[in-house]
Amino acid sequence: MEIAIISGKGGTGKSSISAAFATLKERVVLADCDVDAANLYLLFNPTHEEEQIYIGGQKATIDYSICTNCGLCIDYCRFGAIDLLSEKVVIIDTSCDGCKLCSRICPEEAITMIDNDKSRMFAGTFRNGKMTYGRLAPGEENSGKLVNLVRDKALQLAKSENLDTIIIDGPPGIGCPVISSITGVDHVVIVTEPSLSGIHDLKRTIEITSKFNLKTWIIINKHDLNPEMTNQIESYCNGINLKIAAKLLFDPQVVEAMVQCKSAIEHVPISDFSTGIQAAFTQITSE
Amino acid sequence: MTGNIKIAIASGKGGTGKTLVSTNLFYLLQQQGYVVTLVDCDAEEPNAMVFFDGKVEKTNDIKQKIPVIDASKCTFCGKCHEYCNYNAIFLLPESEIISVIEDLCHGCGACSVACNAGAISEKDVSLGIVTSFRVSEKSKIIEARMKVGVYSPVSIIKEANKEAGNHGIIIMDSPPGTSCPFIQTVSTADYVILVTEPTPFGLSDLKQSVNTLKTMSKSYGVIINRAGLGDKAIYSYLQQESIPLLLEIPFDKTIASAYSRGKIVLEHNPQLLQSFATMLTAILEKYGNRHNQR
Repeated sequence: MEIAIISGKGGTGKSSISAAFATLKERVVLADCDVDAANLYLLFNPTHEEEQIYIGGQKATIDYSICTNCGLCIDYCRFGAIDLLSEKVVIIDTSCDGCKLCSRICPEEAITMIDNDKSRMFAGTFRNGKMTYGRLAPGEENSGKLVNLVRDKALQLAKSENLDTIIIDGPPGIGCPVISSITGVDHVVIVTEPSLSGIHDLKRTIEITSKFNLKTWIIINKHDLNPEMTNQIESYCNGINLKIAAKLLFDPQVVEAMVQCKSAIEHVPISDFSTGIQAAFTQITSE
Repeated sequence: MTGNIKIAIASGKGGTGKTLVSTNLFYLLQQQGYVVTLVDCDAEEPNAMVFFDGKVEKTNDIKQKIPVIDASKCTFCGKCHEYCNYNAIFLLPESEIISVIEDLCHGCGACSVACNAGAISEKDVSLGIVTSFRVSEKSKIIEARMKVGVYSPVSIIKEANKEAGNHGIIIMDSPPGTSCPFIQTVSTADYVILVTEPTPFGLSDLKQSVNTLKTMSKSYGVIINRAGLGDKAIYSYLQQESIPLLLEIPFDKTIASAYSRGKIVLEHNPQLLQSFATMLTAILEKYGNRHNQR
């Protein structure tokens, strides 16, 4: 069973909740799919058993010993990534999308493509089973393909190690990597918080999950920070038939757990947070 | 008063308080009479307008070209398939089947260039909307809002920044992370404020942001939000790397609660207002009116 934990808005407690889910059972597979800011390895310090290079597209580069500065490539580039700077044709790295058109049309064959090969997928063992995670190199396109790699590895490990639960910690936002993190999973858990931004982002996230017809659950974290807004979220979710799997109190001990490199389940097993997570997990997995 | 500077508010980790800082800075600059524009570059989840009222001045539908293949003209030669660097053209030449996988298309136009049979034309699809809101005589907010299900927010962010122009003080609320959308936002900034929290996750993501900004040769400083929670490791890191600590925003339930209701915290917190003002003056003195007289 694959359970993905996501949240449109960042900082709602997604990773703390994923960490808690991952330590409820003796052995699971944990996949950290927030490849742009992977953090769970900090808590779980997994062994380094496997590393794979991920090629995240390409970038164009000009050989100036051949380039005649004709500027034809500038006309063809739709990303505004080629410019004439003091009479020299230059590629603006941050804008290049790697489509290779400039390289194909250059009459002098002066442009070649270089692979973006700095991103990695890792797999190893942690105290509650197996763990996979990705690290996207700065500036690279977060296309969701690295997420797929991390998930594929997790599935493979679940099979070979005979583990039946995969916990996926997803990225924030609603873009491609989020879609890659949730397609085909058995359950999606959306973590939200009672704030106007939280509600706004929750609605956009639900738009995504309903598009894919996924079994979706809501966890309202830090619900005591704004009880009135919590009611609003609850009635909104009730109205569209989404189940609230847990309502969790704000608890500085959850932050303290992170500082101790532990999950809340390990650090404060008897707390509102931990019992809430335990109940949510039972409810989700029994359905 | 005028002044020209672009300040990006960014953070590796999500939810550290980027929008809290950008909306409050915007408020403060408004109060001080500056010509100011806030650009909400977090196109996946734009939130700045939760905090302000404004009148829509202009909307701009951001489009991308997508190829349309006329199968009756297609010779199934496969050249467009070969030219596409995104695997967005599905081709089975033996069965004479060809189609565009629109979700994978980046609109580069390579397939149109490749086709010798005149079988490829293009249509526009909407990626999102850039909206300008007039908040007061001297201030406006430009919001980049990606359509749900679009593959990347980068082109919408680019357009929003273009719309902001170069006049006055421009505050850019960046998307989280250090991938393309972040680079697109900070690349035009004169100064970057990184917002973080004093936790191991906050520190780890801060380091990644700092390393990225170093390679881009940007000037930057750090705001620690929710100070008092977590641990002290982040302070030793800042000291070790000689990174200026611009401001600490204490962890305080009244701040969190005001923010959750869409309120501007500085309106009711004179102490924090003073710290924001001091920080702002220092940044404007040091980095304002310098590079961006483009």
